[in-house]
Amino acid sequence: MPAPLRVLLVDDEAPARRRLAEVLSDCAATLPVQIVGETDNGLDALSLLQKLPVDALLLDIRMPGMDGIEVAQHLQKLHRPPAVIFTTAYDTYACQAFEVNAVDYLMKPVRAERLRTALGKAHTLSQVALDALRQAHPKARSHLSLTEKGRMVLIPVDEIVYLKAEAKYVTVRTLAREFLIEESLVRLESEFAEKFVRIHRNCLVARNRIAEIGKLPGGQDAHYLRLSGLNEKLAVSRRQYSNLREALGG
Amino acid sequence: MRNKNHNKQDGVLPNFCHFGVSLKIILAVEAAAYAQAWAASGGPVNALSLLISQSALLQPALLLTLVTLCVGGRALRSLRYSAGLAVVFCLALTIPSLVALSTNRALGDIPQASLAGILMFSGILALLLLGYFHLRSKALSPAITEARLEALQARIRPHFLFNSLNAVLSLVRSDPRRAERALEDLSDLFRALMSDSRTLAPLEDEIALTRAYLNLEELRLGDRLKVVWYIDKMPADALIPPLIIQPLVENAVYHGIEPHREGGEISLNVYRSQDMVHIVIRNPYAGEGHHHAGNKIALANIRERLSLHFDLDATLKSELLGAVYQVHITLPYTRARTPSSSPRR
Repeated sequence: MPAPLRVLLVDDEAPARRRLAEVLSDCAATLPVQIVGETDNGLDALSLLQKLPVDALLLDIRMPGMDGIEVAQHLQKLHRPPAVIFTTAYDTYACQAFEVNAVDYLMKPVRAERLRTALGKAHTLSQVALDALRQAHPKARSHLSLTEKGRMVLIPVDEIVYLKAEAKYVTVRTLAREFLIEESLVRLESEFAEKFVRIHRNCLVARNRIAEIGKLPGGQDAHYLRLSGLNEKLAVSRRQYSNLREALGG
Repeated sequence: MRNKNHNKQDGVLPNFCHFGVSLKIILAVEAAAYAQAWAASGGPVNALSLLISQSALLQPALLLTLVTLCVGGRALRSLRYSAGLAVVFCLALTIPSLVALSTNRALGDIPQASLAGILMFSGILALLLLGYFHLRSKALSPAITEARLEALQARIRPHFLFNSLNAVLSLVRSDPRRAERALEDLSDLFRALMSDSRTLAPLEDEIALTRAYLNLEELRLGDRLKVVWYIDKMPADALIPPLIIQPLVENAVYHGIEPHREGGEISLNVYRSQDMVHIVIRNPYAGEGHHHAGNKIALANIRERLSLHFDLDATLKSELLGAVYQVHITLPYTRARTPSSSPRR
């Protein structure tokens, strides 16, 4: 007898999780399954994944806060990412992306046979598939993630004060500390255009943290910017200075 | 089904009691009278004095016609549309003529008010105005047919339907009684959506429908959804266009509750102040601008239907009050003819 498949249920609606558990128990005769946990939100799902051994994730797409696609993006950083099966009640755009990229998904209400088939062939997601899903559901992430000493660290985007590109990495600065992530500043800029504004070729700052913009003594037309809570003067390039004035409404 | 209703698609007579309708008629008639006086007297100043001398006839005739149309409005609208038009046209001819005859007898001869002139003046104006109201109701009734389709496809979002069915399925084994009630609520909701939404219905029916809808949402969302009702003083018998509260409450859940993990509170306040019914719906505002297209479509649709039924007398105002999004509807208080005649409940 094979070891049971260890499954984590993630859905913000309690009835939906109960229904999945019932249908899973119906499958038990032909497909041994063990529900190792369930949660109503993406953040808890990611922390459970680090504590429990999970083979497959039944993951709702539309959830408040961190949605299912973002959870899938972050869990790629895990040492051995589990297989992901998305669940959704209705979603024309995402379903097209699922089909094209051979992503496993189930439509709610879920039938026992479909669930059994999906669990039988479930596999981990590819980066290409994830990017396609994100495009079908354009939404900025709520967190950035990285691995530190084998553990996943999540940084809430709301806590980030600036992002600075250096060589291969981007430094993520919060009031408390700094992190290094491997992402491109250009992509971060377009994803978080609502919250961050470019002040220099290599730097994006949180719009709502800007405390002061001033002229540097000596330099002609050289400006600096200070963020609230941070005792650091960031250089504003001449080119970005006018954009910045415009973005902040003169 | 569609064919049976077909003759209704012709158009509807305006409600002459409504301020907006009367105002348009009064302005049109006064403007026409002034233009006619100008043509007859050859100058703006002379026209004014001629108009004043004609007022003794014009104003009573106009007001009496409007009052008659308002009082007889319900009877007129119960006729076939073409018959209704004919009766209105005849009334618009006879009332001014009768007024002219009786004032002639009482005050002696009034200059320039020959019976033929009056008939022609009233006839042309009545035709123009009826033509205008006909076109207007034509322009608005497709919006209502469309509204029903939209209601089926978009208002009850597919997302809501499938999640609700999923929630009902989750109850079938553990709590069959609750599953039954949920299916009853769901069928009430869909019955209302598929019914003809062009006739007015009692406010209490709409409230019952909204409750059925909220019961289903509560099943899904649990503690995240809190609803506060302020409806003890609502005029339960007031007639309102169906499906104006439920879609707004659905928007409130979709934009105000679902995006928040901790949920929030929706309040529904319905009351009567003098001759107006007020409906106020509030929900927490997420602060982010996404998904708002759907909300705009629903608001535009409700606004159009309010305007068809009540013209300028109904208003819909949506605004952001700090962290709260509010929709405020006011409409004239009209009652069902026989109380509790509603076959639905």
